[in-house]
Amino acid sequence: MRWIWIDRFVEFEPGRRAKAIKNLTQAEDYFREHLPGYPIFPISLLLEGLAQTGGILVGEAGNFERNVVLAKIASVQVHAEVYPGQQLEYEVELLDLREEGATVRGIARVQAQVVAEAEIMFAHVRPEQIGLQENFVFSGELKKLLALNRLLPPGKR
Amino acid sequence: MPSKQEIYEKVVATLVDSLNVEPEEVRPEATLQGDLGAESIDFLDIVFRLERGFGIKIPRGELFPESIFQGDPQYVQDGKVTPQGIELLRQKLPFADIDSFAKDPQLSKISDLFTVEMICRYLEHRLQTEEAAAPQTH
Repeated sequence: MRWIWIDRFVEFEPGRRAKAIKNLTQAEDYFREHLPGYPIFPISLLLEGLAQTGGILVGEAGNFERNVVLAKIASVQVHAEVYPGQQLEYEVELLDLREEGATVRGIARVQAQVVAEAEIMFAHVRPEQIGLQENFVFSGELKKLLALNRLLPPGKR
Repeated sequence: MPSKQEIYEKVVATLVDSLNVEPEEVRPEATLQGDLGAESIDFLDIVFRLERGFGIKIPRGELFPESIFQGDPQYVQDGKVTPQGIELLRQKLPFADIDSFAKDPQLSKISDLFTVEMICRYLEHRLQTEEAAAPQTH
């Protein structure tokens, strides 16, 4: 399984807001265990999807040159369960952005109904802070996904 | 400009939201890390929230300076902050209670300088300076 919890961006306003969708299917393994006989989408994965939507919005604002790392979820409210067959829509809005990090407000909806809300903070981590030599977030698999979504400019795909 | 009490109340609300603590825990002398459980990433969160709440910009390192001594033996010896180090603290943290810290200047206690009161004093100063600089509109 690939650690990509959004399927596609449907709206993207650089430095301001973005909207991505995630389709849920019975074929996804975790529904077997979560929960046995009563498949619901784990809230942890919903938060991951919101964080990926927000993290890419923040990454793009820095030209994908910084390593955007999920640092803190200051608040979460969950309003409803989400089931296989539904489509989640993740909408994030950039609240703050500076050299050290960024904050987004995220809302998850299913058919226009709000199912969860969260305020998510990201830190900009330099590779040497964690003993690496190269950027580690917007590389490899994630870069491919972004290229598929045509988010990265041609020279950077 | 908001009164001292208004600033204090807004700072309490900010810390309650950011650190998920009870309002009663946020006393003026409470230390952010020791008493309120703040971790390093929370400091940036607090800065973001204060900026939004008070409509100001807080430059990096102005409220919460990072690695003040940089391991310089001039400032720290045997786990204690030297008199030169204390002077540096007065410059970098003009709103902290350096006098109390100087009585037993253990480096390990340096995080105790970051208190609720320190944030309030910083904001009072910032908002005053800004008001003085703003054009008069009478």
